[in-house]
Amino acid sequence: MNAIARRIDFMSHSPGGRKLLTLTSFVLPILVWCFVSYVPFVWHPKVLVEVPGGVDYFQPGMLVDKDEFAEQLKEMKTQGLALPEGKPANPIYLPAPHEVAKALYTSFVTPPPQADAPWLHQSLWHSIQVIFWGFVLSSIVGVPLGVLAGTYATLARLSEPFIEFFRYLPAPAFGALAIAVLGIYDGPKIAIIFIGTFFQQVLIIANTTRKLDGTIIEAARTLGTRGLRLITKVVVPGILPDLYRDQRILLGWAWTYLIVAELIGTSSGITLFITQQARYQHFDNVYAAIIIIGIIGFGSDLLLEKLGRKLFPWDQAQKRG
Amino acid sequence: MTNYLDQSPAVRERFDRIKQRDVILEVKHLHKRYQSPQGETEALRDINFKVHRREFVCVIGASGCGKSTLIRTLAGLEKQTSGEVLLDGKPVEGPGRDRGMVFQGYSLFPWLTVKKNVMFGPQMSGFGFDAAERDARQWIDLVGLSKFENSYPHQLSGGMRQRVAIARALVNQPRILLMDEPFGALDAQTRCKMQSHLLDIWRNIDITVFFITHDLDEAIYLADRILVLKPHPGEVQEIIEVPVPRPRSSEQFSSPEFVATKKRLDDLIHPPVDPNSAEAHDDDTMKKSLFRMTDVMDSVE
Repeated sequence: MNAIARRIDFMSHSPGGRKLLTLTSFVLPILVWCFVSYVPFVWHPKVLVEVPGGVDYFQPGMLVDKDEFAEQLKEMKTQGLALPEGKPANPIYLPAPHEVAKALYTSFVTPPPQADAPWLHQSLWHSIQVIFWGFVLSSIVGVPLGVLAGTYATLARLSEPFIEFFRYLPAPAFGALAIAVLGIYDGPKIAIIFIGTFFQQVLIIANTTRKLDGTIIEAARTLGTRGLRLITKVVVPGILPDLYRDQRILLGWAWTYLIVAELIGTSSGITLFITQQARYQHFDNVYAAIIIIGIIGFGSDLLLEKLGRKLFPWDQAQKRG
Repeated sequence: MTNYLDQSPAVRERFDRIKQRDVILEVKHLHKRYQSPQGETEALRDINFKVHRREFVCVIGASGCGKSTLIRTLAGLEKQTSGEVLLDGKPVEGPGRDRGMVFQGYSLFPWLTVKKNVMFGPQMSGFGFDAAERDARQWIDLVGLSKFENSYPHQLSGGMRQRVAIARALVNQPRILLMDEPFGALDAQTRCKMQSHLLDIWRNIDITVFFITHDLDEAIYLADRILVLKPHPGEVQEIIEVPVPRPRSSEQFSSPEFVATKKRLDDLIHPPVDPNSAEAHDDDTMKKSLFRMTDVMDSVE
């Protein structure tokens, strides 16, 4: 918890209050969604036709605009034909919570439409692998470079202006180039995640390194530490808890590049699933897939946070959190 | 009124003994200038002094007089513009384990336990884990923190952290212990305990102490000699031989020698203000600008 909240916001004080707030932050949007979905007069701009009556183009299960339905109803009344029947409904792109909840389950157990297409869990696993490799490759280069740039001002001046320029270039802009170089499968997708992560990573980690208390480094020097050991024995352990936090944030950014990355070349992974389901207008499945991405991202971050507390018992910033 | 220059025979004899010991640290014509946005600043000008083996020297001066620059130069953390710093006759180049340093702020490694913090120095100089651990235990015991050897720094009080910092500096067996206002951030009571603790340590081991402070009492209580620095630029104003006999105790704070020395230090550090100076003018306007904002009858005195 931050210093400001501690001083001016009293509800966030007690652990019970905090848990309640966390829960409510999820319950509130779901309540809004339920409200819009289940209370007929709230929005419901469409009518779901149940009985076509005399209207020749109406079919049961068809969604028509409210105005159009009212017009046809009037028309049938004047012509004395059978009246159509229907009930207010939301557009197809806003399924109700229970439909999405059902889809969350059925999308895993329903076999894919084509025999050679992947199941949902296979798509997900594929996406996770793309993220993993993009992030790991970026970190292998980006973390050491960031630490070095944060330690040696010369290296920072040499590298950071260009990186600063490059980070403004949208990663997807390199899609076509990535395909030309790396083919149409996973290569360009990993490259997009890499480009999206790497440049931010170097700058953020260099900045974190610079914030390390200079007294600690001086103390180490007076104890006879010099050269590379100053980095491995003092700088790296000194920034480790903050570096870990940075990496968690960067991993979140890597996830946001996933969908764009997977559209490049042959669509794959969870993106392929989402685009196909959207094409068939199975929007409940689309929402389910989006929610699954959220759960995986948020869940893995929660786990990493817990792990961080175990790994860095001395880190007070995390303890207060 | 006792003069601070008067020394009892015992004290004089002690100073004679000290002067016969080897010179550990010698500073010759030390100058330090650096560039700042306001132009070139002269931080230190022609500093000269010698420190003998097992001597306790304090440096005192108003803030901004270059105390920190001086000790950081001795530690090798900053480079002098000209002049020489000789340790055992050899010029100092960069930081080294022959000079231990205790900083004012918390300089312990927060990711290491007390024991690992103290083991850091020996391990850096190539000792194996067991040897380093043995040495560390001995010094942690000396500062009385054996019970806390597996605690992290953030679990300790301010005074305990500085004791660890002292143990960590001493485990390397330096020739001289440089202390940069080490007790400045502690409360009065803890500071008092730490001072007598430091004197105990100094008495029992072969160490020379070079101690920076802005607290006059602290300097007189601890030091054999006090080096008074004058600000803008930092120059040695006087080197005072403290006439207070050893062993020191807090009862001596009111002894004539102590009071006389303190008076002298006070005069040096807070010289009588020239009535035409900017400072005097500032004092004047401060008094004038005070006006009553309460009921005349409602006096607090």
